[in-house]
Amino acid sequence: MIVGRISRAGLVSLVGMALLALSLSSGAEEGKKKERWKRFENDGLHDPGNPAIGELQWPGDAFEGFPMDNPDTGNQVDWVRALESGVIVPRTNLFPDTHIEVLDLDIIMDQTSTMPYVRFPHRAHTQWLDCSNCHDHLFVKKSGANPVNMFAILSGEYCGRCHGAVAFPLTECRRCHSVERNSFRGNFGAQEGPGRVYPPVMEQEVVN
Amino acid sequence: MGIRQIAASRLWGPLMAVALLLVALPSRAEYADVVLNKYAEKNGMRPVIFPHWFHRIRFRCKVCHFELGFEMRAGSNDITMGKIIDGQYCGMCHNNEIAWSVEHCDRCHSGRPGLKTRIYGGHETSGPSRW
Repeated sequence: MIVGRISRAGLVSLVGMALLALSLSSGAEEGKKKERWKRFENDGLHDPGNPAIGELQWPGDAFEGFPMDNPDTGNQVDWVRALESGVIVPRTNLFPDTHIEVLDLDIIMDQTSTMPYVRFPHRAHTQWLDCSNCHDHLFVKKSGANPVNMFAILSGEYCGRCHGAVAFPLTECRRCHSVERNSFRGNFGAQEGPGRVYPPVMEQEVVN
Repeated sequence: MGIRQIAASRLWGPLMAVALLLVALPSRAEYADVVLNKYAEKNGMRPVIFPHWFHRIRFRCKVCHFELGFEMRAGSNDITMGKIIDGQYCGMCHNNEIAWSVEHCDRCHSGRPGLKTRIYGGHETSGPSRW
């Protein structure tokens, strides 16, 4: 009799636990579908016990209406288009006498082994960065004079100072290696005229 | 070779893939979050989490990395509260004029105990290779 009672109670609690687990998992799944960005409480970095955690802005709120990048690629934001389209208007300077320079000059880099050539756009970079952020401590101002290679980049040198850390990650090979070797007919190095203008990341052609 | 062995060998690949995925996925920090913990925990505070994404909505890279002189390498800037209160580094904006001031300790000192100084979410990013 006692055994029967226990087993019935056990059965009830088992069913209860199963229902709870089901509701939790479906809830979590729903949350996962809706939320592209991790909540601070479970991002593995923020301390959930921090009293100010609720005062911090969550990326999902901040990025509302931004042009997107692919899921899981960097911040999942197309930062260059966010800036160009005026969705964000980040300040260029704090001091009134700071010289702001934007250079519209593409460089074709041909030392890419069998990979497509790299077309480096100064414009997208100088809209964010100052010349001195790269010149001359990462790159000298002479095309072909920098021994850039993927090993160095992957270990955080040259382009890897930012790409793979804060700018779009190094998994996006073709975003830099964008010039087909067999169809390019011009000269390597600095290109004449304004730099190439690219469509938003999500509208760019994916080459497999 | 027995059927069981063949099944085992066929499963090996997918199992390894799943195992790799499980190893690769735990990166959850937002891309380019920087943890600063050179002095924080030694002085009884939580490590600092600097969110690049939040700041680049409001400022171009050049403001901090050119005008303010932040070296572009996590851990290579010797940032202390004394310097911040003196108006250097974060203190250039976090002074109650451009951004909220240093009395909101927990907004920056918000990391889990034991975090190492470095950039998070970067090389661990699980972005698919599209090329």
